[in-house]
Amino acid sequence: MWDVEIRGMASAHAIIASSIFMATVMPAVLLENFSVYGTHMVWLYCVAGSVAVVNIAVFWLLGISPPTKKNTLSYKINRLSRSCLYFLLSCLFFHSVVVMYGAPLLESALETFSLAVLLSTLTTLRCLCILGPNVQAWIRVFSRDGAMSVWDTSLQITTGCSVIGAWLGAFPIPLDWDRPWQVWPISCTLGATTGFLTGLVAAPVWIHWHRKQLTYKLK
Amino acid sequence: MKLSSSVFALLCLIFEIVSIALFLRGFFPVPVKSSFSAKSKLTDFPAEPHTGDGVNSSRAPAPLFRRVVLLLIDALRQDFVFGSDGRRFMPYTRHVLERGSSHSFTAKARPPTVTMPRIKALTTGSIPGFIDVVMNLNSPALLEDNLIWQAKSAGKRIIFYGDDTWVRLFPKHFMEHDGTTSFFVSDYTEVDNNVTRHLDGTLKRDDWDILILHYLGLDHIGHISGPHSSLIGPKLTEMDDIIKKIHSSLISKESEGTLPNLLVVCGDHGMSETGSHGGSSDAEINTPLVLISPAFRRKAGLEEPEVLEQVDLPPTLALALGLPVSQNSVGRLIPAVFEDSSLRDQLRLLQINGHQLSRLLRDSNPAFHKEDGYEQFRVAEKAHGSWMKLYMDGNTSEVLSNMGKKVLKQYLEALKAMSSALSRQLGNYDMYSMIMGMILILQVLVLLVLAMPEALSREAVVDVPLASSLLSLPFCLLCVLGSALHVLVCTSAGGPCYLCSLPWLLVFSVILFSSAFMCALGAMAMRRIPSSSKTPAKGCAWTLSELDTLLLIGTVGHTLSLASSSFIEEEHQTWYFLLNTLCLAVFQDVCRKYFREQRGRGEEMDGKYFRDPRGEEEDEDEKRASSGMSSRWEKWLALVTPLMTLACCRLLRALNHTGVQWAHLPDFGHWLNSGDHKPFLSVLSVLSLVLIFLLVQRHCSLVSKIALALGMLGVYSYRAAVGNVLFPWQHSSRTVSKGTVEARFVYVFVLGILFTGVKDLLRSQVMSSAGDSGRLKSRGLWEVYSGVVLLVALLFRAHNLPTLACCLLIQTIMAQFIWKKMHYDAAQTTIMHYWFGQAFFYFQGNSNNIGTVDISVGFVGLESYVEAPAVFLTALSTYAGPLLWACHLLCHLSSERDRAVMGLGHGSYCFALLRSIPVVFYVVLVTSLRYHLFIWSVFSPKLLYEAMHTLITTAVCLFFTFMDQERSARP
Repeated sequence: MWDVEIRGMASAHAIIASSIFMATVMPAVLLENFSVYGTHMVWLYCVAGSVAVVNIAVFWLLGISPPTKKNTLSYKINRLSRSCLYFLLSCLFFHSVVVMYGAPLLESALETFSLAVLLSTLTTLRCLCILGPNVQAWIRVFSRDGAMSVWDTSLQITTGCSVIGAWLGAFPIPLDWDRPWQVWPISCTLGATTGFLTGLVAAPVWIHWHRKQLTYKLK
Repeated sequence: MKLSSSVFALLCLIFEIVSIALFLRGFFPVPVKSSFSAKSKLTDFPAEPHTGDGVNSSRAPAPLFRRVVLLLIDALRQDFVFGSDGRRFMPYTRHVLERGSSHSFTAKARPPTVTMPRIKALTTGSIPGFIDVVMNLNSPALLEDNLIWQAKSAGKRIIFYGDDTWVRLFPKHFMEHDGTTSFFVSDYTEVDNNVTRHLDGTLKRDDWDILILHYLGLDHIGHISGPHSSLIGPKLTEMDDIIKKIHSSLISKESEGTLPNLLVVCGDHGMSETGSHGGSSDAEINTPLVLISPAFRRKAGLEEPEVLEQVDLPPTLALALGLPVSQNSVGRLIPAVFEDSSLRDQLRLLQINGHQLSRLLRDSNPAFHKEDGYEQFRVAEKAHGSWMKLYMDGNTSEVLSNMGKKVLKQYLEALKAMSSALSRQLGNYDMYSMIMGMILILQVLVLLVLAMPEALSREAVVDVPLASSLLSLPFCLLCVLGSALHVLVCTSAGGPCYLCSLPWLLVFSVILFSSAFMCALGAMAMRRIPSSSKTPAKGCAWTLSELDTLLLIGTVGHTLSLASSSFIEEEHQTWYFLLNTLCLAVFQDVCRKYFREQRGRGEEMDGKYFRDPRGEEEDEDEKRASSGMSSRWEKWLALVTPLMTLACCRLLRALNHTGVQWAHLPDFGHWLNSGDHKPFLSVLSVLSLVLIFLLVQRHCSLVSKIALALGMLGVYSYRAAVGNVLFPWQHSSRTVSKGTVEARFVYVFVLGILFTGVKDLLRSQVMSSAGDSGRLKSRGLWEVYSGVVLLVALLFRAHNLPTLACCLLIQTIMAQFIWKKMHYDAAQTTIMHYWFGQAFFYFQGNSNNIGTVDISVGFVGLESYVEAPAVFLTALSTYAGPLLWACHLLCHLSSERDRAVMGLGHGSYCFALLRSIPVVFYVVLVTSLRYHLFIWSVFSPKLLYEAMHTLITTAVCLFFTFMDQERSARP
């Protein structure tokens, strides 16, 4: 039971991770003048889009999302629209947090918002896929000792890693090295992506390591 | 020896201050100064040996040149003239250098390679160190003996065009001047045209002796686009045309029978590969020095330019013009300039220069007899005497000229040795004092860390086994070893050493103390080891919450970031970043606390989720507390508080841009201060003052409230009098005054409020009932606090008043909804206060650069500059942020009834530890980076800031200890 779940999660993570690599490599082959630094926005939206698509596809196929009580079309549409709304709200939330951290308010607002979109894709979208648009469940997962399945734990780990990665990515900005990756928001997006990848790798490993201590109740 | 935590922390900080002072004494070289305060006079010249009577003997040799034109091109790098750029862009100069009568040298500038110190070096001949720059912040005029002063008092007429730094350094020295500011770096044509437009007229005239031109354009181009920019070429060509113009004009003016003229072309400093300057890379310190005059021999071809020091120019110029060498000059003559003079004159000039150097050496170095140069000079002077004797006897044989050449050589060697001894004294670190200071400060840090479990325990009492270690064998051994080392170092040290010049008794007590400290540390460490091995389970149980982790990582991360010069320059970014994260972490804590409760309710309905027992307990607590409607409000207010703090911080961040990289961007403060927005600034100041008053007056007595309100009114009228803000009832345009009366009016109220507060504090001690005395004491503390706030409101610039208001607002709401409600312990609260204090230090516009210290604060309410109050006020206003937060911590901790007993002790201990960690790390770092490129431009100012901050923290800890003692005195 345990090993099957962990293996399933590891493979799902591997697919998501490979999608990020594909999103970096494919445009480089197809598009002219593509580079991660030079045309950063293109790269960013490639990664965000591919992660979103792969995430939704994987979790749809795996059927991780909580069982829906009603199966009517209107309920589904309702859920979908709420998910979209939450995603948008989370983009705005991340945007305002980044501005609080000192990003310029008006100039390069597009870059800041793109960073917010990427962060939302890496964190909120996964929450929406796994937990559905259910705020109570989110609060439960992100409070202490709230995880109830390996997926919850992996969600905690990847989300934490992405946010911490973006946080750490902001550190090199004040250095006067004049490198291309110090331009706003490249270091942060790279940090977030790296953090996310680390989280994807770390989650199965960590769960495997601690499988003795982890006791999920009432599964 | 048992000490309470606060006394322990205070003692540690005091030792730390002493050791930092010792370290700084070793780190900053003492300026080489002559003991005579007067300036050099012609009559100070030494007598020429064996010339008979006294009057004629001390005459100066005749001047070599009639007129001098000093063309100073800012940031002229050596290869701009001597390298390939010079060949391409400066054809005329190259032609003169290769074929004409000229001398070319590479002059080495000393760091800091910044214009003002370099101008000082070029005129005084001394090497202005970093500490000079700090010491002379308030007096821009150069008071030292210098070439310009000498020339003026000798009746020479001087004209100056160029950088207005000169005009500020030498007020009233120039017959005619036109200063251009180097404020707009993006302008590189107009600044130079402003100089050149005077040139034609001036060159035609005959009424001047010295013409100084300082061109800034090249430096500006360097700052914009670096040394390889396409703009450099045309600029160099422009400079070449100017050289050509001056040179041909000087030649055409020359006639038979008069002395020749001299044209000096030099740079004040170079330019690094990125176009900046200030450091000590080769490209920055190597500047060309070209002397062009018909008096020199024509050259056959371009030779490799000889390398000399930049400070060699002023004594050369002085003697070539027949002026005395300025007193503190460490340079030596350039022999090539005088090679066509008679041998007697050459020897005489060298003797004068040597005499001046030897006197300076004698005054600045107690061990001058040991210097080789000094002895060499004595020998050379004797030989000079015997040569003169032969010369006066009329001997003209080969022997005489050979002997003369030998004396010349001896003189040159002596000058070289003395000059290098003097500059070595300037550039040398006193390693012994530095290492001693470092050892002491390290001991303090280790002691603080070792004492952590005891100091943060419930009793808050630290046991330092000092008495027992005084009798132990290792102590005696360490003492003997230390004394032996001291004797060894002092007898063998080459350079000057501060510790060795101290009285023997003082040094011995330091050694005694240090060894006792070492033994005590050993004893404490021994005590710690078995206890930790016995109870390993306790260490595991000691879990860290997310907030603890953040506070720990933040402290360590900030300390490590000090190792990078860019992080020091942009330290405010680190603090803002950490503070934001802290606010978010607090927000998460609050969310968790209040939403868990909600979840608890939900759980009861579903009966589905797992709950841990601790959470249940808390939930019960909450439910009991949250009976009324007010608790709902409280929850939302608590949730909003961190977000509001975040918003405040974001606004303040836009108020003052500091640091280096983004400091030039327009900020809100500039916008407010520009003349058009005065009404807006006035309204903002009024609102801030009202907010400050409302927030501060809550805890005060009625008298203090009234005094505070009047004081706030006084602050506004002071600002109106100075002309910062508009006064609504004043329609006639009043002249701007210094506002002394208004400021003194506020001072009276500040003193009154402080007095009331102290009186309340003292009265609370003699009161019998504990409850009353506690209330009185808390009121007294808040009154002292509001007095400090009023003083800071007076000192802050008008556009900074919102900073103060936000500071108070954040303090109030955080204390109300977070610190009281969230059950953070004293250590956590202290660390948060420390972080806020640091961030507010930068919010008010400070940086780690000496330039941002606002010195004008020292004049508030004073007619003229008085040192003690000016220094006090400047320090207070600079460190207002950390100070206010520390004061607030004190008030907050002592108003907390339940944990006040050990809260103050814990607070002051944490403060001491938080200050010691970065300081100790930084001291060690600076010692290891002492030959770093940016040591004078980035690391040393930061060192001074750290030392000053430690001093302020010590003062705060003293207050903490005082309050804590009062408490422990009464049961």
